[in-house]
Amino acid sequence: MQINEHKPLIVAFCCNWCSYAGADLAGNNRLNYPADVKIIRVPCSCRVNPIFVLRAFQRGADGVIICGCHPGDCHYTSGNYYTRRRMTLLFSMLDYLGIERERTRVEWVSAAEGAKFADTMNEFVKKVTSLGENKKLEDLRCKR
Amino acid sequence: MQKITKSQLVDKAVSLLADGTVSAVLGWSMGEFSYDVTPRIFTTEDDIRKSFVFNDFCGANLSKYLVSKTDGIEGKLLVFLKPCDTYSFNQLLTEHRFNRENVYAVGIPCSGMVDISRLKAVSGDGITKIHEEEENLLVTTIYEDNPITVPAKDVLLERCDNCKSKKHVAFDELLGDSGEVIESARFDQVAEIEAMTPDERFAFWQSQLSRCIRCNACRDVCPACTCEKCVFDNPLSGAENKSPANNFEEQMFHIIRAYHVAGRCTDCGECSRVCPEKIPLHLLNRKFIKDINEFYGEYQAGAEVGARAPLVDYTVDDPEPCDVLDRRDTDA
Repeated sequence: MQINEHKPLIVAFCCNWCSYAGADLAGNNRLNYPADVKIIRVPCSCRVNPIFVLRAFQRGADGVIICGCHPGDCHYTSGNYYTRRRMTLLFSMLDYLGIERERTRVEWVSAAEGAKFADTMNEFVKKVTSLGENKKLEDLRCKR
Repeated sequence: MQKITKSQLVDKAVSLLADGTVSAVLGWSMGEFSYDVTPRIFTTEDDIRKSFVFNDFCGANLSKYLVSKTDGIEGKLLVFLKPCDTYSFNQLLTEHRFNRENVYAVGIPCSGMVDISRLKAVSGDGITKIHEEEENLLVTTIYEDNPITVPAKDVLLERCDNCKSKKHVAFDELLGDSGEVIESARFDQVAEIEAMTPDERFAFWQSQLSRCIRCNACRDVCPACTCEKCVFDNPLSGAENKSPANNFEEQMFHIIRAYHVAGRCTDCGECSRVCPEKIPLHLLNRKFIKDINEFYGEYQAGAEVGARAPLVDYTVDDPEPCDVLDRRDTDA
C-alpha cells in the first residue's frame, strides 16, 4: 500500500430536498462512497453562490460538486434552472482560465436515487484523485 | 462617419442650458495634459466655454456618472453619449439606477477614441501638443522639432478597433447621424485562447493577472458595477480590498468581477481602458458574452430597456454544464 497517496478533499453542495435526502438514502442502504466527500447542505442548489465554489477551492478543496433536484423537480419550482445557467458559465470560465474542468461538476440527484448518489461520488472522487492535488486554484496560506 | 467638433457640443450645451431644458451638463474637461480628459459637471455658460473639451481622448463613458449625479438634482442633466455609451445607459435604466426624467441625452457620433499608451508607443513620451487633422494626429513632443504624424486609426482603443455598434440605442436628440450595428471581430481573441491547451491558458492568464495591483479601477469605472455595497468592500468575502497575496486571490478577484457583470456587461471596454497594468479584462467579459450567445441565444446587454438578463432568466431546455464543456471538446 502506498502511504503517501494523495487523499482528495471533495466539497459536495447538496440541496436539502433531493440530494441531501439522496445521500441519506445511500447511507440507509449501506452503499459505500468515499469519506473524502464533505457534504454541505444548502436549502436549494441555487443557494450556491459562485463565490462559494471559489472559496471551497481556496480552503483546500480539490473538487467541488453541486447536487440538486432534477430540472423540473425543484422544491422552489425553478431554483435549479438558475443553478444550471450560473454553474455552466462559472465552469466555462474556470476552464477558460486553464483550471481542470473535471474538478467541478453539477449532478442532479433525487431523494430516491441513493444508488446514483453513491455512484456519482465514487466516480467523481476517482476522477479528482487521478487529477491529483489542486495546484492551479489553491491558496497556500489555507493549506492544511 | 462624420466627425463632430467641440464647438458643436459647446453650442448645444450652452443653448440647452440657456433655454432651461437642462440645469447642468455632464461632459469632459481637460486634465493635466491634452490627452488626460476627465468627466465633469458644468453648470454655467462661462465654465463650458472655458473648460469643456471634446477630442479623440474622450473615451470615458459618462453613463455611470448619471447614477450619482442625477440623485436629488433639480431639472435635467445633459449628457453626451457615444454609441457604445448608450448601451450602458439602457442597461442602467433597465436596472432602475437613475430616473430617465432627470436626464437629457444627446447622442453624438464616434469614429473611435485614441489609446494614449498606443499613441505613445509610436510617438514616444514627452507629448506637449496633439493636433487633430482629419484622419491624422499631429503629435508634438519635447524630443522632436517637427510634429509626428500618426494615423488615428492605428492607435485606437482596443474596444474601438473592434467596435460593435455605431448605432445609438437611446437618446433624446442626435447630433449628427447614428450608424448601424457592426459585425465585429471582437470574439476572435477569445476563440484563440479557447483553442489553447489548458496549461497554455493557465500560463497566459497567470502572466496577465499577476500584474494586477488591485487598484479596483476596473470596478469603479464599470457602468454595470453600481452596487452601493460591493463584495470587494466586505472583509469577510475573502476578496476584500487589498493587493493580491498570491495567484489565487488574483484569479478570485477577476473571476468574481467578471461574473458579477456577466449578462449585464455591454462590452463598453472601460475596464481595459482604465487598467493601469493593461490587463485585457475585456477578454474575461467577452468570454461570458460569447458563452451566453452560444448557450442561451444572442443577447446584447443594453440593446433595449427592460430586457431580461440571461442570468436572471432560464428555459427548461438549457444545456447541462457537463454537456457544454464536452461539446466544445468534440467541436475542437
